[in-house]
Amino acid sequence: MIHSPYIRTGASVHAVMRNVLFALMPGIAIYVWQIGAGILVQLAIATVVALAAEALVLRLRARPVGIALTDLSAVVTAWLVALSFPPIVPWWITAFGVIIAIVAVKHLYGGLGQNPFNPAMVGYCAMIVAFPSLMAQWPPAGALDFATQLDLILGGVREIDAITGATALDALRTGLRADDATVPLVMQRDAFGLLAGRGWEWIGLGYLAGGLWLLARRIITWHLPVAFLGTLTVISTLMWLLDPQQFASPLFHLLSGGALLAAFFIVTDPVSGSTTPRGKLIFAAGIAIIAYVIRNWGAFPEGIAFAVLLMNMCVPLIDMKTQPPVFGHKGERRP
Amino acid sequence: MIGKLFGFNGGVKPRTHKDDSAREPIARAPMPARLIVPLRHNTRAIARPIVEIGQHVLKGERIGGAEGVLGTACHAPTSGTVVEIAEHTMPHPSGLPTLCVYIEPDGEDRWTELKPLDYASCGCGDRQAVLDFLRDSGIVGMGGAAFPSHIKVGTKRVAHTLVLNGAECEPWITSDDRLMRERADSILRGAHILSELLGAQRILVGIEDNKPEAIAAMREAAASLPNAEVVVVPTLYPAGGEKQLIRVLTGIEIPHGKLGTEFGVQCFNVGTAEAVHRAFDLGEPLLSRVVTLTGNVERPRNWEVLIGTPIEDLLELAGPRDDTDRYILGGPMMGFAAPDLSVPVVKGTNCVIAGSQALFPYPPPEQPCIRCGACAEVCPADLQPFELYWYARSKNFGKAQEYHLFDCIECGCCAYVCPSNIPLVDYYRFAKSEIWAREREHDAADAARERFEFRNYRQEREKAEKAARLAAKAAETKAKLAAKGDAEAEPAKPDDDPKKALIAAALARAKAQKESVAPKNTDELPPEVQAEIAEIDERRKPLTSEEGARQPVAEPSAEEAGEAAAHARDEDTKKALITAAIERAQEQKAEQAERERDDK
Repeated sequence: MIHSPYIRTGASVHAVMRNVLFALMPGIAIYVWQIGAGILVQLAIATVVALAAEALVLRLRARPVGIALTDLSAVVTAWLVALSFPPIVPWWITAFGVIIAIVAVKHLYGGLGQNPFNPAMVGYCAMIVAFPSLMAQWPPAGALDFATQLDLILGGVREIDAITGATALDALRTGLRADDATVPLVMQRDAFGLLAGRGWEWIGLGYLAGGLWLLARRIITWHLPVAFLGTLTVISTLMWLLDPQQFASPLFHLLSGGALLAAFFIVTDPVSGSTTPRGKLIFAAGIAIIAYVIRNWGAFPEGIAFAVLLMNMCVPLIDMKTQPPVFGHKGERRP
Repeated sequence: MIGKLFGFNGGVKPRTHKDDSAREPIARAPMPARLIVPLRHNTRAIARPIVEIGQHVLKGERIGGAEGVLGTACHAPTSGTVVEIAEHTMPHPSGLPTLCVYIEPDGEDRWTELKPLDYASCGCGDRQAVLDFLRDSGIVGMGGAAFPSHIKVGTKRVAHTLVLNGAECEPWITSDDRLMRERADSILRGAHILSELLGAQRILVGIEDNKPEAIAAMREAAASLPNAEVVVVPTLYPAGGEKQLIRVLTGIEIPHGKLGTEFGVQCFNVGTAEAVHRAFDLGEPLLSRVVTLTGNVERPRNWEVLIGTPIEDLLELAGPRDDTDRYILGGPMMGFAAPDLSVPVVKGTNCVIAGSQALFPYPPPEQPCIRCGACAEVCPADLQPFELYWYARSKNFGKAQEYHLFDCIECGCCAYVCPSNIPLVDYYRFAKSEIWAREREHDAADAARERFEFRNYRQEREKAEKAARLAAKAAETKAKLAAKGDAEAEPAKPDDDPKKALIAAALARAKAQKESVAPKNTDELPPEVQAEIAEIDERRKPLTSEEGARQPVAEPSAEEAGEAAAHARDEDTKKALITAAIERAQEQKAEQAERERDDK
């Protein structure tokens, strides 16, 4: 028997995920334009592997396969894995990352909606720990044509020095390790563009555009991106004002690495993130702080993935302690 | 004038579909062949039948007397013959039956003698008469919940504000809309009576802004009342929820389980106000109501329908289309499918919607919750519906209550927006009924335990009383013995028990011998000091002997509990023995001291 309400908006998980995929497209377009079409190959590999892994695990778990495959949640995870990996990693790295995300992180915890950790970020962390050098090879803008990229993806021989730069974050980090190096000095190098990594800096703006569209569609709320980007801006500004020779500008931090991708597509993962309004602010601010600390003083150039996982662990506590007051109970203290 | 509206968080804006049925004026529905008048208005508002099968009743004649605190009366909606008093399926989601009076109309529609009540002449002194009148006129809330009005009016506290609910926020329903357009004066007259009964200084009529004609009509009627004001509220479901409307108009939030009067506000539906006017001014009890017939029908319209009219008799008035697959009673957000087409229209039936797959398609299969929080954004009670869903689903009912499950008003907004098609409200209904069931079980277990504990207590008490009686007897004997023991110290006295006397005498001898052999610690002292000690002992003696004399005779009362009595008995005898021994020793000591003095 069907009970009230008898009417529904017609919203669906499929529609939510489809909108997220749409929102990623401006960033992907700029990615292809600036860096090359290799990323499209990576996205295709990730998508196929994700759907295959999802179907396999669903079958093993004796769950309906069709409805879960068409909800597109696996595709979103796959795309986020591909977009957070360097575009020229061998295909099996992407595949491994996706399999870890889908099988271990999503389904071993009970499938869609049950995972306490962000699947794409676990995939990223596992791969960067397992294959640090391959995961650090980011080609500078315009350095590699599509054929070379495809060859590298399919397992071609790597002449490391010739093909790879590092990310701007990586370059800055290693650059600053040298004696009497300063941020302005390091940023004169080839890897850097106007504000951050050459070419890469504009991709972030594509993600920003897609993210704003998601906000307008009310698929995400403002709390998470604003708290994340706001906190990152505030602490990077403070450190930069304190010592501009040793700390990069806030703009550099916002446009480097995965900051904008994370702000609108990773921090905003509803399943593994905080859900109360105040909780979202704390959760996103925590990620920004940890990410900044890892970027500057940690062992890895980019710390967002680790920061997300660390804050994922805090989500139950944050949610429990930030339950909003209920109608008619405002002003009462919650136990 | 109200400066600003307060609003509430959340809410949704489904398509209203109100235009179709709001176009035509209210028409009187034809008399059905048989009326089925239920003797129960909601879960607790019950009446008992006061007519017999075969009895002829007149229109407005009482056929059900109010039963219990929440009970309200029932009346014959028309003149005719009572043909049966039996159980019939109710228009309720449960589909459970309740006792109904079946009336076959005689077609004359002849009124019983009408007795209006001038509430003002009753004065404050006879408030109960007014409340009884409301109850006996069968007035209950006509917004859907059918809560007895005499309870709402009858609270001891004074409500400064009367909120009149004309918001009608549910899609499709237009019965209040039409009622306000056509009978605004009656509604406000009723509202005026209610405000006087409540002692309210102002009347606020809340109407959603999608009913401009109703607003105009009500404004015109309200002009004659100095303290009434029509407030236009934004169309946002569930603005017509009692608590939401009070919040929008006054800013006051009434928590779950509290009545509005505790916060100085009380809320009535516009239909209820009209019924109050009819009852007090015309003497007509609540016999009919306006019902919207709409949905998948040819002729959507509002009808004035007698209470007890079976739904099936109404359907032909509207002409349901062929693909109609169910009939929804109430609105699509909070209503329910009629369990059976023979169910009667009751006082809370505001709308019958013919449903089809085109209008109300079955939802796609439920998918896992992705915690997107869409439900929390639309929840007018500021709950976190997905958390409640997790706890309800895992049957963690304690946690569900901690997260304010019972503040949920079941408005359906969360399920309306859920992208995973989760029937969230069903989960909350399930959790609530489980909790109620457990509470009932718990109460039953409590009652059983109390009975058992009382039985144990009674048995214990009887045992104790018996023990106390025995103890009293024993204490008496012991006291006697102790007295005899004292006597034994003077060996000259004969005894009933020669053996005991011999033993006592032997003991006394041994003691005397021991005392003469073993020097006391006072023996070595100089005679002045010893004399002093003796004197002190002498002084102490009467006190202790007095005590000793009193104590052994003190009898424990028969009422004392057994253990206490036994304890006291032991204590008493012990004390008695000790005192006796001390006395003996003192006597001996005094004698010795005297001897010593004599020696000197």
